[in-house]
Amino acid sequence: MTFEQTLARLEAIAAAMDRDDVPLEEALTLFEEGIARLREASAVLTDAEGKVRTLVEAVDGVFEERA
Amino acid sequence: MTAPGASIESALGVGELAGYAKEALEAAFPGLWVKGEVSNFKRHSNGHWYFSLKDASGQLPAVVWARDVRRIPAPPDEGMSVFARGTLSMWTGQGKLQFMVDALEAEGAGLWQKAFDTLKAKLEAEGLTAAARKRRLPRFPRHVAVITSGDGAAWRDIQAVVRRRHPGVHLTLIPAVVQGDLAPASLVQALDRLARWGSADVAIVGRGGGSREDLWAFNDEAVARAVAACPIPVISAVGHETDFTITDFVADLRAPTPSAAAESAVPVLAELRLAVRALGGRLADGLEDRVQRGARELRARRDGLALRARRVVERRRARVAQVAGRLEALSPLAVLGRGFAVARGTDGRTLSRRADFTPGTPFDLLLPDGRVQARTERVDAEAPHLRTPA
Repeated sequence: MTFEQTLARLEAIAAAMDRDDVPLEEALTLFEEGIARLREASAVLTDAEGKVRTLVEAVDGVFEERA
Repeated sequence: MTAPGASIESALGVGELAGYAKEALEAAFPGLWVKGEVSNFKRHSNGHWYFSLKDASGQLPAVVWARDVRRIPAPPDEGMSVFARGTLSMWTGQGKLQFMVDALEAEGAGLWQKAFDTLKAKLEAEGLTAAARKRRLPRFPRHVAVITSGDGAAWRDIQAVVRRRHPGVHLTLIPAVVQGDLAPASLVQALDRLARWGSADVAIVGRGGGSREDLWAFNDEAVARAVAACPIPVISAVGHETDFTITDFVADLRAPTPSAAAESAVPVLAELRLAVRALGGRLADGLEDRVQRGARELRARRDGLALRARRVVERRRARVAQVAGRLEALSPLAVLGRGFAVARGTDGRTLSRRADFTPGTPFDLLLPDGRVQARTERVDAEAPHLRTPA
């Protein structure tokens, strides 16, 4: 799941939990999933330093990224 | 020996003299700018251009060889006022003067504008510049590819902006020549690599500011088509805010500068963190609301239940009271209320017959409102006043 998809899912979860007719059990399940997704999203944001590379293509068409 | 051509004996061949003339002309008039009007323009199938340059007082046949045609943005229109740079020479085979043009510019932006407008109209007609074709940029790219020169200001600016906004985003340079004759092919090749490599979420294609000629590769048809065909969204960032190129029109987004392109491509990390935190807050609030609603519902049910229970008890109690009332009505004790008393021995037994009493012994009289301690004085056979008249 990309970060974008994760955020979209989180928004959907929040919206579902805001609905009046959501059963409590389902709200709890959604909340659990939401917490897991939040962790994923936060992990992406605290990810290691982004790399700056240069794309190099070998003669045989294989790509390589070099610092 | 006399000098060549000085006598019949030393006569020159025609071609020989024409050759000398050609050499003399080229040496005397090399690389000159000439101003004139274009007439009789012809594009030959071998790629050369032929036309005449003329003004009120003169006319000169001109040629642009195919290898030089490539550097001229568009063919001139008939009657157009142009500046042509070239070398005066001679077409020896025909015995004609020939001005060999290697650069051609119209007054003002003429030829450049014409080339630009022609290509723009063509791509528009094909729908390549349509708004409907523009793809949305990914909101949260993890990997940004940059097609530009590795030595240019654009690459430096993009790196600085991306680092400042979001240090976690990967940046990959796909180096390309961005000006000069080699630039279009180099840009097309870099775009092709980007497409085949496929690891980036979004691409920035561009370069820093420069003259119109410096930026011209971004008005190249092949470059424009490669940008349009790119499988991932492309931001074009060529020169300064006022520079518009064909690449800008086919790209998914035109950024005024490379720095602005980096800003469009990459979100600010701190803002993302806030957004994620806000979502977390919404989740927590949502759950709390739901739980509180559950608790309210539960309380309401409990209260309802308690109320019913109380009613049930009260109904029972009412029935008990009713029954108690009836029982009381039937109770022998109730008789006491009507003026009778019960005699009870000290051992608690009810004394209901004459034989139960012994003179001198104590007993209790139970009355509706209390008890009287009494003592037997005398025992008679019958209470005369209760005896039924004979």
